[in-house]
Amino acid sequence: MSQNYDRRKFLAELLKFPPATIVLGVIGPVRLLAAAGTDEYEPTEHYYAMGIRVEECIGCGKCVKACKLENDVPDEPYYFRTWVERYIVYTDGEVQVDSPEGGIHGFPPVADESFPPVAAGKEILRTFFVPKLCNHCDNPPCVQVCPVGATFKSQDGVVLVDEDYCIGCRYCIQACPYGARFLDPRTKTANKCTFCYHRITKGLLPACVEVCPTQARVFGEIGDRSTPLNRMMRMSHLEVLKPHMNTEPKVYYTALDGEVR
Amino acid sequence: MIESLAKPVKALRAWIRGRRAGSRRRRIPTQLIQLGVIFAVVGVGMFLMRQKFVPDTFGDLGHYRAAAVAANAELEPRYAGWQECAMCHPDKVEAKNSSFHRTVSCESCHGPANDHASNPMQLKPELPAGREPCLACHSYLASRPTGFPQIIEERHNPVRACTGCHDAHDPTPPESIQECSACHNTIARSKAVSPHAPLDCEVCHEAPPEHKVQPRAHVPKKPFEREFCGTCHDRRARPPEEIRGVDLSVYEIPRIDLVTHGGTFVCWQCHYQHSPEAR
Repeated sequence: MSQNYDRRKFLAELLKFPPATIVLGVIGPVRLLAAAGTDEYEPTEHYYAMGIRVEECIGCGKCVKACKLENDVPDEPYYFRTWVERYIVYTDGEVQVDSPEGGIHGFPPVADESFPPVAAGKEILRTFFVPKLCNHCDNPPCVQVCPVGATFKSQDGVVLVDEDYCIGCRYCIQACPYGARFLDPRTKTANKCTFCYHRITKGLLPACVEVCPTQARVFGEIGDRSTPLNRMMRMSHLEVLKPHMNTEPKVYYTALDGEVR
Repeated sequence: MIESLAKPVKALRAWIRGRRAGSRRRRIPTQLIQLGVIFAVVGVGMFLMRQKFVPDTFGDLGHYRAAAVAANAELEPRYAGWQECAMCHPDKVEAKNSSFHRTVSCESCHGPANDHASNPMQLKPELPAGREPCLACHSYLASRPTGFPQIIEERHNPVRACTGCHDAHDPTPPESIQECSACHNTIARSKAVSPHAPLDCEVCHEAPPEHKVQPRAHVPKKPFEREFCGTCHDRRARPPEEIRGVDLSVYEIPRIDLVTHGGTFVCWQCHYQHSPEAR
């Protein structure tokens, strides 16, 4: 403290505190109120991702059905934004993957002749379901190859398609290592999972997450916000599909078997 | 092209010559002036074409049309979410949320209900009927997680609709949980769909009555030798005709030769007794 800082000066300074406190005390709540008043969606404040708990999936196919209804995906059994695969690993090391109609009607039960669709004399070592969808990569190959900029990663981390601008060249469908895209036969444009962008921006869950009866699908945000996904990511060992492709997927799997591709 | 440019180029040259008249005489070469004019025309053309062909809002946020984000968010939801259902059906939602179906959303069984929420009287959601809707999740499939409640349709009250015994919003079976399964529920469920289903727990585990009061102080017995399994499964053994009221003669019991089968391993090193065909 400088030497000429006397008691008179100190008391004068001290008098400034009450008005300053009042002014700041008013500004703070007013700003908060103003921010709360605008319930407009702010994409930069979110960063979405999904978790899939393979150990919980019962292969009922409700997610596939809900996705088709919600997003108006064509009915034909080869257009899917999300689908469920059944893995059967045999004792001799062979792996069989099937997904009848994407699993939309579930999988044939035991009594059905086609189950298990096992080659004669083979024994099943383990078997499980794996739901799949667009991985919403942080480093998306589909966006890189689009010649017109009709597919892109939005500010909230969702990979979207610009339907009005897509020229239907199918490059992105080829580039996707997860087979998550298809060409919509009606519009002749690329189509894919959007994490139900029209729902999540309104504060709803994606349709597949909403209907999943065992909470095998977990939706939320990466980051500070407290979401079920953050809890899942903290509590579990996470894996992603095809990590060697360096696509940095944002769909995280727990209890993922080494055989899943 | 060049021909048509000749006239303005000539005028330009005359103008420059006029300006420079009197000062130092330095002429700009004709070909440079022609080149300059061509560059100017191409530049303006590029600018105009860019205005025409690059769509609005392209590049505002990145290499895409910023308007496409809004277009993706425009779609109208069809699934309303269970919170919407709870506004009119709080009793149903509360019953469901305190039962084993607490993780199942309303629209998981009743289908998309946003239309119903906006027009509750005219547009009704689906009312699942029969066994099929329940069997979508609860029929036995080897690939389903162990312990998930599953039934074998042919053996589980055939033909009868599920809702005859179970309330879909609170599906706990009507009778109270039996002795052992009260605590060992996962084991009981696995056993219920296995070939060992007809066998009582007590066939293999002799449990002192005190086990129910002090489970850790009075532990039930476990079989500890291969010969125990052999009493039914050995090729040479004559299995009992019935065990605790269960007629075993109708079952085809798998037989092995206890001497050669499995070497020195004990049975439960390879087979899980409560679901012996699973791994």
